[in-house]
Amino acid sequence: MKKAALKTALGALAFVASGAFADEDASLVINGEIEIVTETAAAAHLDGALKTVYSGWVFRSDETQAMQADDFDNPGMLAVESAMATWATAEGTNGKSCADCHGDASETMTEVRATYPKWNEKAGELRTLGQQINACRETEMGAEPYKTDSAELLAMEALISSVGRGTTINVAIDGPVADIWAQGKELYYTRTGQLDLSCASCHEQNYGNMIRADHLSQGQINGFPTYRLNNAALNGVQGRFKGCVRDTRAETYAPNSPEFIALELYVASRGNGLSVEGPSVRN
Amino acid sequence: MKRIIQIAVGLSLAATVGAAEVAPEAVEYSEYGEVAVSLSGTAGDPQNGIKVMTTRSKGNCIACHQVTDLQDYPFHGEVGPSLDGTGSRWEEAQLRGIVANAKHTFPDTVMPAFYKTTGFTRPGDAFTGKAGTEPLPPLLTAQEIEDVVAYLVTLKD
Ligand code: HEC
Ligand code: HEC
Ligand code: HEC
Repeated sequence: MKKAALKTALGALAFVASGAFADEDASLVINGEIEIVTETAAAAHLDGALKTVYSGWVFRSDETQAMQADDFDNPGMLAVESAMATWATAEGTNGKSCADCHGDASETMTEVRATYPKWNEKAGELRTLGQQINACRETEMGAEPYKTDSAELLAMEALISSVGRGTTINVAIDGPVADIWAQGKELYYTRTGQLDLSCASCHEQNYGNMIRADHLSQGQINGFPTYRLNNAALNGVQGRFKGCVRDTRAETYAPNSPEFIALELYVASRGNGLSVEGPSVRN
Repeated sequence: MKRIIQIAVGLSLAATVGAAEVAPEAVEYSEYGEVAVSLSGTAGDPQNGIKVMTTRSKGNCIACHQVTDLQDYPFHGEVGPSLDGTGSRWEEAQLRGIVANAKHTFPDTVMPAFYKTTGFTRPGDAFTGKAGTEPLPPLLTAQEIEDVVAYLVTLKD
């Protein structure tokens, strides 16, 4: 234990010295007006595991960072545009559009992304943003739910995130979700697969370090959905989790499984205090 | 022709098995994590050790470790310490133990065990994300570990 603490301390010293945080002083302002908090004090429920939380944006190259600062350069904004058309289109047996009930998303949806995953009192369940969108499609519109991580669903999530950019992530972890949060925390620290690594092995113990060609971030999800240059598409939270678990040579969980929903809640709460950034740009 | 190759392959297999190879679950670690006996019974080849350490689908050691002697290979990581001079810091038996299963030397380390086949949480089938069945094939063979150790001992200060 002592050794680990020492190593972390050394790691921290090393990156200050070598300037691995290339952009220690860089700040993110989108379109010259939306100020984004990319670094802030960690929430109390992290119990000192992290002192400071950083957006994944901090760890990306100058070019990737710049793409997110202007909507004309952010490829994720194309999906937002297409979702705006969908928003106003009636679908399903009830002949309703999202706009019929929710009006102008840029007025009614600004506080939404920051609080998800969120407990839905009526349904008595915790819902990710994607699940809430699909619940509206099924029960309010009589339309088919979007497929998990489909381009349409991620585009709608991107729209709802984009109008909330700059609001502060503030996911509730108590009350009816307390047990689910605890389960998510346990999963975060469980070492899996033949490589025997947990999320914390890479994103808590080693953020700021290079692992092969990748600059490790804290694995925060305030930027989701993310446009990844790697696959030139929007990516969902749980799809990203799946890739990381697979890379430990483990059997992954399925998107929307109780385990991944719990993990999403927990990881989201680790970012409380950062800004909503989605759709962000990552590599 | 095919027949002859088959016989040749058969012979070389027999030769490998004939040498005293230690199975992953039979490796004996000392209190400090050393492994005194060669895992393959055949001397290691340091050149192949370099290959194992720099190949992503093999040891992929440089993903986590910087090694000045291997600077011709790209992308050295920072998760573990530099391996420069590791052959001066550790005896061969200790290096063998570290590569086979570093947890006997550094209890909570993030360094994976390269010669271990059972006792994992949610073991997968390589990088498919699907379930795997224990015993899994070890990440490196006994001979590959000997090759890596033969290279590590040359890294002197
Ligand atoms: C017929 C009316 C209706 C339609 C059409 C509708 N919704 Fe809803 N939506 C609701 C109601 C009612 C709620 C709140 C009920 C609840 O808590 O489940 C809600 C809640 C939401 C929320 C959660 C808001 C929050 O503060 O947590 C989101 C996000 C949302 N809807 C998105 C959509 C999207 C996207 C569409 C179109 C695909 C859509 N809705 C279509 C009625 C509708
Ligand atoms: C072997 C190391 C490793 C492990 C273990 C690992 N990840 Fe990652 N993860 C990475 C790398 C490398 C990246 C890409 C660079 C970065 O953002 O850190 C990444 C990226 C991410 C991202 C995207 C961050 C962003 O800003 O877009 C999230 C979210 C994430 N990981 C979550 C997790 C979770 C949750 C777990 C545990 C289930 C996990 N990771 C386990 C290596 C790892
Ligand atoms: C996931 C990252 C990771 C990988 C991959 C990895 N190591 Fe390590 N290794 C570490 C860490 C971290 C330590 C430091 C031990 C500790 O946790 O205190 C270490 C320690 C060592 C040491 C002792 C270092 C010294 O000189 O004090 C040796 C030798 C070593 N590793 C060799 C290897 C070899 C050879 C491979 C490939 C077969 C490898 N490692 C793969 C992370 C890794």
